[in-house]
Amino acid sequence: MKKSARSWRLVLLVAGALAIPALALAVAGCGGSTAGANGTPAPAISGFTPQPMSADTILGAGASFPAPLYMKWGSDYNGVSGVKLNYQSIGSGGGISAIEAKTVDFGASDAPLEQAELEAKGLAQFPMVVGGVVLVVNLDGVADGQLKLTPDLVAGIFIGAVTTWNDPAIVKLNPGVKLPSTKINVVHRSDGSGTTWILTHYMTDAAGSVWTAGADKEIAWPVGVGGKGNEGVAASVQQLSGSIGYVEYAYAKQTGMTTAQVQNKAGQWVKPSIASFAAAAANADWQGSLPSMYMVLVNQPGAETWPITGASFILVQKDQADAARGKAALELFDWAYTSGADGATVLDYVAIPANVYELVQSDVWPTITVSGTPVWP
Amino acid sequence: MIRSVRLGDPIFRVLATACGLALAVAMFGLAGVLVYNSWPAISGLGTSVLTTVAWSPVDHQYGALAALAGTFLSTLVAMVIAVPLALVIALLLVELVHPAVARVVGTAIEMLAAIPSIIFGMVGIFVIVPFIQDKLVPWLMTTPLGSLPGIKPGAQFQGGGLSIFTAGVVLAFMVLPYITAVSRDVLKMVPQVTKEAGYGMGSTTWEVMHKISLRYANSGIVGAVFIGLGRALGETMAVAFLIGSLFTSLPHSLFDPGTSIASLIALTFSEATDKIQVSALIELGLILFLITVVFQILAQAWLRRVQRSTGGRA
Repeated sequence: MKKSARSWRLVLLVAGALAIPALALAVAGCGGSTAGANGTPAPAISGFTPQPMSADTILGAGASFPAPLYMKWGSDYNGVSGVKLNYQSIGSGGGISAIEAKTVDFGASDAPLEQAELEAKGLAQFPMVVGGVVLVVNLDGVADGQLKLTPDLVAGIFIGAVTTWNDPAIVKLNPGVKLPSTKINVVHRSDGSGTTWILTHYMTDAAGSVWTAGADKEIAWPVGVGGKGNEGVAASVQQLSGSIGYVEYAYAKQTGMTTAQVQNKAGQWVKPSIASFAAAAANADWQGSLPSMYMVLVNQPGAETWPITGASFILVQKDQADAARGKAALELFDWAYTSGADGATVLDYVAIPANVYELVQSDVWPTITVSGTPVWP
Repeated sequence: MIRSVRLGDPIFRVLATACGLALAVAMFGLAGVLVYNSWPAISGLGTSVLTTVAWSPVDHQYGALAALAGTFLSTLVAMVIAVPLALVIALLLVELVHPAVARVVGTAIEMLAAIPSIIFGMVGIFVIVPFIQDKLVPWLMTTPLGSLPGIKPGAQFQGGGLSIFTAGVVLAFMVLPYITAVSRDVLKMVPQVTKEAGYGMGSTTWEVMHKISLRYANSGIVGAVFIGLGRALGETMAVAFLIGSLFTSLPHSLFDPGTSIASLIALTFSEATDKIQVSALIELGLILFLITVVFQILAQAWLRRVQRSTGGRA
């Protein structure tokens, strides 16, 4: 009895002696390392921590727009090569921070970084996938692809200058389309989004005299309500007759929403399609975008081009710590560029054209080095 | 033996103190981290965060007056709906229905509290939003109420489905179980003899509930209300889904879209790359933190006053 009481106190003593420093560490280290109960450092449990010695799992983080495709590519590539891709869809801002802090092998951003910023952060940038943003409407009796809008009208609606569906300018463009006299309800993204970035850049570029609210992932919308994510915008548009919003093409297609035609830079009326997004990517002046590959794909030339198109970008550290890891990541991208097009089409994305990949290989990848030696090829 | 017995108490005291201190350190550490990270915005933007409505990352302007207004208005709507409802339910459970029924209903209310807020957001967007948009607002517009300022929707958007009012209604359902459960528990603690004394004096059931139970339990009920208030002020996901997220203008009506501090942070933080924007969002977090602290202090002060006026009883 006496013995057991004493041993209990001993246990308490030891536990207390260990718990106090552990507690202090846990409080002091803001998200830093914690000590295990036996005083040795506990193994890191975060999925974010790279394991420098092994190149069989590639870590990526960033934009949510290309995330479904990166995950599909990851699983397809795993079947081919045995290398796994762990992509965390945390948003472009988070992706940029993560690659800056070198906690991932690559970051992904829907908006490209400019040359000065790339240099300041020591990053290389190249486009990985192309996608389109489409205008969706909810108008009784108007079929998919029936409504036509010029860039000035798109900008006028989203800035609040064109307020009713039977506005003379809309009626004149759409003879035979039954347009109500109701108010136009604008629905936009409420969260910071690459989709908003693409649409606002499009309106700034194609209708700059009307659209004066600037271009960014999040802007000061003068009118309308905000929906969270593609699904939030879609829900609002579908619930209220007379609404117009914008979502990713894949989302509009898979949910069967009514899309509008727009007039492109060549003056042609185009409907959104994989082919019209591919035309935008093919007609853009990528050569002129070197060395940063900063490219805003909106309002590109070409009769077939869908003008509200954007590319999503990959960011990697120029100065790699480990040649094997750096090369493994580039091998994954090489596979995606050369064999990933089918996977992209299935998910309604567009792969980067072959001539653009040649530019990436000849001008960007040689700048990715380990102590001065390029990791590719 | 005696020495080791004396050793146990100091060890426990040190342990307990460490645990207590850890809580304080975490609290002040949190405030410190918020102040440190929001300093670029506090020094760079000054009071414009609190006094202007222009939230425009393009122009590097971060005025959050609309978010402050939306936070308070949606919380107000929630409390106006939830507090009377919660009190009625709590009184019903304690005083009026059969204990077996009270147990079943009570469990159901506690389960309501366990539902993740995202579920409320989804139910809101598919059920409450269409109801308010297609039924309630059109009906209101046919009544004299519809032309009152504060009710009449602003000119720019018709519908009123995604609005401060909708967010408030769903918030009311979210805080209802908290207020009900705590109120029920404090009402249960009213001594049976006190109530029986009331009945013995010839009081009606209503008089006993009103003049004895509610008065006896009022400080606890205020506590329950403040628990609900704290949750409503900080609720993020359901509000982000429902409030309409218009960052750039003050609402003219409860049926206008707006935004709240917590939903503005949640919606824009992940894609915020501008340093001042990130800092301004953290400053909003600090403001929310301070608001809840101030409410907490007010609640405690009020409780102390009530306790004094009722003779020191909790």
